[in-house]
Amino acid sequence: MMEKLFKTLSFMSATLVMVLLASIFISLFNSAKPAIDEFGIGFIKEKEWGKEVPIDNPVSTVVDTTEQKKVEPAPASDDSLEALLGGGNDDTPMKTIYGGFIPIVGTLLSTLIAMAFALPIAMGIAVFLAEIAPKKISNVVGIAIELLAAIPSIIFGMWGLFYFAPLVQELVGGYQVSLLTAGLVLGVMILPFMAAITRDSMKTTPDVLKESAYALGATKFEVIRDIIFPYSKAGIIGSIILALGRALGETMAVAFLIGSVFSLPSALNSPTVSIPVAMANSFGEATGMKTSALFYLAFLLFIISFSVISVAKFYFLRKDK
Amino acid sequence: MRLLLNKIVLLLSTLSALIGLAFLAWILFTLIGKGLSSLHFSLFLNDLIDGGLRNLIVGQFIMAGIASLIGIPVGMMAGIYLQEYGRGRYVRFIRDLSDIMMSAPSIVIGAFVYAIVVVPMHGTSGIAGSIALSIMMIPIVINTTDNMLSLVPRELREAGIALGASKSRVIVDIIIKAAKVGIMTGLLLSFARIIGETAPLLFTSETSNYFSVNLTEAYPSLTVSIYALANDPTSSSRDLAWAASFILTMMVLMINLLGRYITRKKG
Amino acid sequence: MPIMSVEDFSFTYAAAPARSLNSINLPIKKNSITSLIGPSGCGKSTLLRSLNRMHDLYTNNEYEGRLMLLNETTLEMENILDIKKENEFIQLRQRVGMIFQKPTPFPMSIFDNVAYGLRLSGIKNKTELKDRVEDALKGSALFGEVSDRLNKSAMGLSGGQQQRLCIARAVALKPELLLFDEPTSALDPISTAAIEELIVELKKDVSVAIVTHNMQQASRISDYTAFMYLGDLIEYGETEQIFLNPREKKTEDYITGRFG
Repeated sequence: MMEKLFKTLSFMSATLVMVLLASIFISLFNSAKPAIDEFGIGFIKEKEWGKEVPIDNPVSTVVDTTEQKKVEPAPASDDSLEALLGGGNDDTPMKTIYGGFIPIVGTLLSTLIAMAFALPIAMGIAVFLAEIAPKKISNVVGIAIELLAAIPSIIFGMWGLFYFAPLVQELVGGYQVSLLTAGLVLGVMILPFMAAITRDSMKTTPDVLKESAYALGATKFEVIRDIIFPYSKAGIIGSIILALGRALGETMAVAFLIGSVFSLPSALNSPTVSIPVAMANSFGEATGMKTSALFYLAFLLFIISFSVISVAKFYFLRKDK
Repeated sequence: MRLLLNKIVLLLSTLSALIGLAFLAWILFTLIGKGLSSLHFSLFLNDLIDGGLRNLIVGQFIMAGIASLIGIPVGMMAGIYLQEYGRGRYVRFIRDLSDIMMSAPSIVIGAFVYAIVVVPMHGTSGIAGSIALSIMMIPIVINTTDNMLSLVPRELREAGIALGASKSRVIVDIIIKAAKVGIMTGLLLSFARIIGETAPLLFTSETSNYFSVNLTEAYPSLTVSIYALANDPTSSSRDLAWAASFILTMMVLMINLLGRYITRKKG
Repeated sequence: MPIMSVEDFSFTYAAAPARSLNSINLPIKKNSITSLIGPSGCGKSTLLRSLNRMHDLYTNNEYEGRLMLLNETTLEMENILDIKKENEFIQLRQRVGMIFQKPTPFPMSIFDNVAYGLRLSGIKNKTELKDRVEDALKGSALFGEVSDRLNKSAMGLSGGQQQRLCIARAVALKPELLLFDEPTSALDPISTAAIEELIVELKKDVSVAIVTHNMQQASRISDYTAFMYLGDLIEYGETEQIFLNPREKKTEDYITGRFG
């Protein structure tokens, strides 16, 4: 009896994982449904976010014209405000357009900057920890790097905003909150994670394989290049992709810095927005179609990160291969 | 030439390690400098509404605690299934899904809980925050349990069965005990991980200025409040954000070091 | 004439409480095979790995005494423990090669495996590389089996083939001394026989020191045998004498299988 219950409970717990993932998928899709129906797949290349435009096919022309007549004597100041808001006037039936292009580009670009910054340094650290440092130093530095990885991402964001971004601004100019500073802080954040798991991959190279290369007169660098990298290639690439996945979905390290404005960055050092940050900053007060559009973004982010992580896990990091 | 190249690469690699350490030092010194100067004992006695952090720290711990009460048993049972009961493709499938879930963006988990808890309950709540954190925690606990149980030698299982113990008894009395240290460490690390989370709480628990034990209303969260305070232009709010960040980081690092210490001492 | 002479040599592992080797004196003679035997933990592998300073890959190990290696141009003996510079280490390891317990093919093609050390030593000329690789493969009795798939991964070879590939890889550098660390312990009897035959063949060109668990192997292939026990060299002599007529009681006990 106990036996059966225990086994059933454990089976149900394991199955819960599948149920949860499926529910995430379904509920994000459902919540995004109005936006998906409204904007379709064109959402991903639509650059406007929250722009009001006249509805193309008014339901009734009669209602339309009567309402337009009423509006004609409106004061000039109102007109200029409307022009500022994107044209059209009060009584034309309006709808608001939401497009995902800017946050999608912002997400990809900030991740790209983070990877470009973190990758070489993380590889260097991993090599240092796995091959260069004497055991004691490697242990101490290794723990330090893992602690850096354990620091909550919001701390990276705050430190980035108040200390790192001003420095970057001094060096390259532009805004403190920008694609560049957000990407760099994101890079600092994924750096220890990438270094630690890459080191673990490198450490799977058998000592005797390295020794055989040394026994042929190879230098340390040659052993790293010719033996360790090829041997642990799959693991290293997998680790890099995992770090990429983490960067794509990171919210807090970026939220302080990217600026959270829905405009395409004109340069590296101008502000923009990413998917997680769009959600973090707009979800609270959003209603209706805007909420649905945010869910659409969340759904896309989920799909992207699901795919990226699957590639890393299934293709490169298969445990039981 | 070969030797020169070797030297250059080793130098660059050592330099990278120094850069990594420099970032750690920079962040820690910033936290200690800004944090300690704003830290005051009264912060632990007053709630946010009176300029303190008490309700936020307690709230964050309560939500992480409830998340653990859900996440630890579920995650451990699932880990036990993967290692002790399940067979073949289903195990691999669940293990892969769990790994993927572990890396899912935390803001997406927040959006999910918003859809399934916040919307039906018509508002943010401590319950929603706890659920979001528990969803973050489950795959981490599964991973830990799965890995640690896999290290227990097969003979130990066979010896238990040979003594006539039932399988569940062997698992509970022998296997879990044998893997106790590793699992404890893993649980501590997973707790450290979720207590520092912000994104899944932003629109599930939100935060509150008041002390609260009512989990059906917006609930005080240290991390969410840090985000709000840091974005507030007044310098007193920022000082408070730094103090809160200092406390949060110290908690996370202490729990982490405690976990490592247990492994070192007994492992 | 010894190619290497171990003199009052002691070795202590980093942070170990005691020496692993005590004041060893042993010649490794030219163009002959010297085997090191003894029960597990006697220090035979530790000694072997000292002869090309493999221990230096890990920090804080301690050497004492002298390890004299014959310089074949000046005909003088030079102490390899004086080596401190990276390039001297590289030269030493090209002169004193090593084959390990388990085959260690690199994750690259068969050709590139054998060419690896040659390329490191600066040989870039394609025909020369090709010739030296072929010679080494022929010298290791592997060429016939792999000549049609030199560009295939070395991982696809059988265990015995992989081990012969590793020997070819070491031989390609034309070393003066080759160190074998239980080279057949992971192989089946047929592959073992092929490797043994190969080692005997090799001694025309190179001197050999081999650590082995297998006493029949030592008696079959080696010219000289050293018996070690608990970090001491108990007895050294011609193989025939050690096996048929040991001077020390310990040696006799080990050889007759009373312990070990």
